[in-house]
Amino acid sequence: MVVCCLEAGHADRVFQALADATRRDILARVLRADVTVSGLARHYPVSFAAIQKHVAVLERAELVTKERRGRERLVRGNAEAIRRARRLLDELEVVWRDRVDRIEAVLADPDRGADR
Amino acid sequence: MTVTSIVKDPQALTLTLTADFDAPVEAVWQVWADPRKLERWWGPPTYPATVVDHDLRPGGRVAYVMTGPEGDRHGGWWRLVEVDAPTRLVFEDGFADEAGAPNPEMPTVEITVTLVARPDGGTTMTTLSRFPSLEALEQLAAMGMEEGMRLAAGQIDALL
Repeated sequence: MVVCCLEAGHADRVFQALADATRRDILARVLRADVTVSGLARHYPVSFAAIQKHVAVLERAELVTKERRGRERLVRGNAEAIRRARRLLDELEVVWRDRVDRIEAVLADPDRGADR
Repeated sequence: MTVTSIVKDPQALTLTLTADFDAPVEAVWQVWADPRKLERWWGPPTYPATVVDHDLRPGGRVAYVMTGPEGDRHGGWWRLVEVDAPTRLVFEDGFADEAGAPNPEMPTVEITVTLVARPDGGTTMTTLSRFPSLEALEQLAAMGMEEGMRLAAGQIDALL
């Protein structure tokens, strides 16, 4: 019944990747726009190597992808995960819209429940 | 149009719905606070709900059972976090087994309901649903879709 999405090992990697505040911040940044690794490094008070490690953890969790651009490595957020979230929110929107319609019916006839 | 806005934030995993009703705040509050009214709208019509516990106080619990067309029973529960009658309600919504025992394997959603009086005597209701993770959202959407399909199936049955 439950359509599941991530196999267990992957889910662990995702949670592990997102357990760190710097990695969450990096992910938020690269979802807004592609950024190079050195561009990212400028935003944090840690070494370039530390940022490379953070990016590698995010990459293993499939939350970001890396792409070579000239001499630079461009980090890009995995928009597919976000698109999936958006589609799921669309489905839940329908559940709530239906509820609002039914609330309206209850308000129009508030006492009907009493004689059920 | 009753629903005036829907805001979906796929990064924060939230769904915010705003709806306008012609009824006053106290009447809209009653659809949440009166278990007999709540069971008329919380679940789809093909899955009539029976609210078995309804303690609308912080820390209190609401428990309900929905019965499907084949007699299948599905439980659910709320754990109340904030209750400020008649304008604000915050609760955790989760799944339970047939006997009403919470199912820890299923995700919970945090729902914040706000009711605001409009100058014309009506009420603006906002519900904010916050999902704990993308996996949780997938699981809940799978349940929601199933609900939707059953609903559609029920309507087709009614036509035959």
